[in-house]
Amino acid sequence: MGEPAKAETASGQKAAFDWADPFRFNDQLTEEERMVRDTARDYAQEKLLPRVTSAYLDERFDREIMNEMGELGLLGVTIPETYGGAGLGYVSYGLAAREVERVDSGYRSAMSVQSSLVMHPIYAYGDEAQRKKYLPKLASGEWVGCFGLTEPDAGSDPAGMRTRAEKIDGGYRLTGAKMWITNSPIADLAVVWAKSAAHGDAIRGFVVERGMKGFSTPKIEKKLSLRASITGEIVLEGVEIPEANLLPNVAGLKGPFGCLNRARYGIGWGVIGAAEACLDAARQYTLDRKQFGRPLAATQLVQKKLADMSTDIAFGLQACLRAGRLFDEGQLAPETISYIKRNNCGKALDIARVARDMHGGNGISAEFHVIRHAANLETVNTYEGTHDIHALIIGRAITGIQAFF
Amino acid sequence: MHIVVCIKQVPDSAQIRVHPVTNTIMRQGVPTIINPYDLFALEAALALRDQHGGEVTVLTMGPPSAADSLRKALTFGADRAVLLTDRFFAGADTLATTYALATAIRKIGETFGAPDLVFTGKQTIDGDTAQVGPGVAKRLGLLQLTYVAKISALDLDNKTIEAERRSEGGVQILQTRLPCLITMLEATNEIRRGGMADALRAARAEVVTWSAKDAGVEDITKCGLRGSPTIVKRVFAPQARAEKATMVDFSDTPPADALIAELFKRQPKLETELATLARGY
Repeated sequence: MGEPAKAETASGQKAAFDWADPFRFNDQLTEEERMVRDTARDYAQEKLLPRVTSAYLDERFDREIMNEMGELGLLGVTIPETYGGAGLGYVSYGLAAREVERVDSGYRSAMSVQSSLVMHPIYAYGDEAQRKKYLPKLASGEWVGCFGLTEPDAGSDPAGMRTRAEKIDGGYRLTGAKMWITNSPIADLAVVWAKSAAHGDAIRGFVVERGMKGFSTPKIEKKLSLRASITGEIVLEGVEIPEANLLPNVAGLKGPFGCLNRARYGIGWGVIGAAEACLDAARQYTLDRKQFGRPLAATQLVQKKLADMSTDIAFGLQACLRAGRLFDEGQLAPETISYIKRNNCGKALDIARVARDMHGGNGISAEFHVIRHAANLETVNTYEGTHDIHALIIGRAITGIQAFF
Repeated sequence: MHIVVCIKQVPDSAQIRVHPVTNTIMRQGVPTIINPYDLFALEAALALRDQHGGEVTVLTMGPPSAADSLRKALTFGADRAVLLTDRFFAGADTLATTYALATAIRKIGETFGAPDLVFTGKQTIDGDTAQVGPGVAKRLGLLQLTYVAKISALDLDNKTIEAERRSEGGVQILQTRLPCLITMLEATNEIRRGGMADALRAARAEVVTWSAKDAGVEDITKCGLRGSPTIVKRVFAPQARAEKATMVDFSDTPPADALIAELFKRQPKLETELATLARGY
């Protein structure tokens, strides 16, 4: 195994094979995309990896990570440079998500929420004044945003939301509660979705700012997953917001779904990073660990597991890249996003569990990282449309029959 | 001011492992990095540029894939990158490498302006000879400062530079004339990191690529394997140094007193020497 394994090509020449990149994914990227990936990887490995274990054990999100990501250009990767973004394509966004999630799904969540769920709606559905007011400070990480859609009684069925907006003189009064909101306890602003009486009960988006009376964001404690990410509620007790804080250019569920599509797309890429971290760890561990006089990696059971992991990762990554190219061409259907969100999350979770198993007793220690990835991926498999809900989206497309209810 | 920084792309030795069954080195999947010592040289050069103005050109000799290392250097803020690549350069020892690099630096001088300073890392992590920096200086007729820990002053008007050089047992503060070559020690600074904007700039930048002919190499027999007289006769681990730590008993006296008494006991002339020195002040 000293030299790369060679395979016969059609022309009879020997082609090099790299187990870490079986389909030569790297060759399919542009020079710009490779540089973006390397920049994100260097940051994640040098600055995020050294602190993730203590953050996870202490159930702590280090606020300055948002400033660091902002300085680097990881927040609002796809937002035009005029508003402080990096003006890059969706493949670059995906590559950055993969590198950050290679360290921790919680850090990628913070990046996704700020970029796809806060900056995107303000950019896509906001007016020029809103873009100028919020986007540069969100891009730099000076401000943290959060996204309020899910409610205690409205998860997979967001149309069942109870949060309401009543028209008042010069603005709106918001009443309701949102649940499982990434970054809400530290957020400077929240993009909140509510049924607006003045708009025929259509779902509308509102920007609620920290300090507005009746707006509070209690932290959700006792999470055993995504512990390096902070999660909370949003409580709206008759919060009065000015007319200028209504997002004017969208009505209905297509508003939040436009955001979720982007975040789900990024998750499809991100979980590949977590899965790759688990494969790398399991490979190295089973090569190093000797039992019965030989490395664990010399056994058929271990090699079968490694082959399965590598295959799922390679296929998932190719699918992400195809989706990303379609996204940049304006041709990516939400159903296609469901394929990569659903399958990559499910496979990444399986991979992390198997990697944990391959580490034996050591696998339960935070030192070896795999159990942290496995616990995180339980959440990632659930949020932004559960594995099953995405099956129903795909199933509806195949049959033409909705089976949600 | 024009500064040339010589870098080398090397395998990331931290990620090289020995195969548990065959006991061979597993080369596959080992990423390449910029020689870590060269990053201290690059940062020192970038800091001088930021302070005094001018340009930093990074130069490497290697296969076409070494362009990756140059692009990385561009993300850190280098202004220009030159890749010296040619099959004639393959298999070069330090003699042949210094010939090629010195020729390229002359060409860089003709093309982009004569360098005031040339930086290298103190050595590479793959060859570990620490010969290339001094060799390049010799070939170019540059003054050289090796094992530099800090550039303490640069005077462009008078063309002088002052640096702290770490030598065994102390620090020398040296001043010399420009142009000169400096080899930087490790852990003397921390390389800056670029962001997405820098990554894009680097991706879009052109890496100047020169063959042996382009660089102005006149004698191809001085390049690569043909120009390399080095023969590796034997590889061995150096002997451990013989000095042993001495335990000083200070149960009866304060530790400092006991230590000083022990020093004077071992070096009887030290006390009179110090007294003579002190009288001089």
